[in-house]
Amino acid sequence: MPSDLVHLYMRIDHLPQIWCPGCGNGVIMHDVAVAIDELIHDEENSINREDIVIVSGIGCSSRAAGYLDFNSIHTTHGRAIAFASGIKMANPKLHVIVLTGDGDCSAIGGNHLIHAARRNLGLTVICFNNDIYGMTGGQYSPTTPNGDRATTAPYGNVDRPFDIANLATGAGASFSARGDVYHARETIDIIKQAIRHKGFSLVDVYSICPTYYGRKNKKGDAVEMLNWQKENLIPTARYYSMSEEDRVGKKIIGILSFNDYPEYTEEYAKIIASCRKARKK
Amino acid sequence: MIGRKKLVIEEAWCKGCGICAAFCPKNVLEIRKEKVTVKDEEECVFCGLCELRCPDYAIYLVNMEE
Repeated sequence: MPSDLVHLYMRIDHLPQIWCPGCGNGVIMHDVAVAIDELIHDEENSINREDIVIVSGIGCSSRAAGYLDFNSIHTTHGRAIAFASGIKMANPKLHVIVLTGDGDCSAIGGNHLIHAARRNLGLTVICFNNDIYGMTGGQYSPTTPNGDRATTAPYGNVDRPFDIANLATGAGASFSARGDVYHARETIDIIKQAIRHKGFSLVDVYSICPTYYGRKNKKGDAVEMLNWQKENLIPTARYYSMSEEDRVGKKIIGILSFNDYPEYTEEYAKIIASCRKARKK
Repeated sequence: MIGRKKLVIEEAWCKGCGICAAFCPKNVLEIRKEKVTVKDEEECVFCGLCELRCPDYAIYLVNMEE
């Protein structure tokens, strides 16, 4: 018998999930379920379960759409945001949540990501960022750090990595944040705010892949990889209280940028309304 | 609240990654034969961190009041 939360929001007949032992994806999927549960049970401003749509692409992360028991769609590689855009345009009142990976989101689907961000279309994109293509055997992805090893970079990765949260901000996203596996409670709160946010929101959640990325780069097992997150990923308030010296090598987690740019479907509805008004005259 | 909650393990779902045991603030859990076990239930403060960080949903708290 799994927990009530798992019973409520996951497809039990699909569980246990097939991710590797210690994979961070299971924790992030749980964070999403807890965040949604807390929003549904928010006494002041609850959201309707039937208004939630989970969209995923292809990759380890994207299996989450199959496990989560909501209106969900598992789409083609890199196109989760494209499908999600269609769903949001057809029915703007829906909370469309895209679950994607670093490769799916920033390589194969990189164009969809930047243009949905630029338009400020009201989607919530949660990127399970494990720095590698896990499902296909450990090839380097756009977020694999420079110098790190992968099956396709046996002597070290020559590329410089994307910072997906900053990429989204640069492309015009009105909400961009970073979370991780270790800081689960903080990440749940960030995901809640991202879902509540009206415009395009992106949460770059640092996952861990002990099987490929960890093993290839001698990062140790899941526990050691989470210890790295504990030591080096610093929640916003503490980060800003640290000296420049102490910040060296550390990364900030929390909400990184926030704007109230006009949301795309609302602007689109205004155009429709003005055309209808003009036609009546 | 202590005493009104209970720690439950879904052994078949545990993959033995050790995250719950490593980050338990009270050192209540351990991995034996690749499965999580409760080594010292008395010490558990029901903080729920194991449930939050278990990738496999194999450990969780239940509210005994319900």
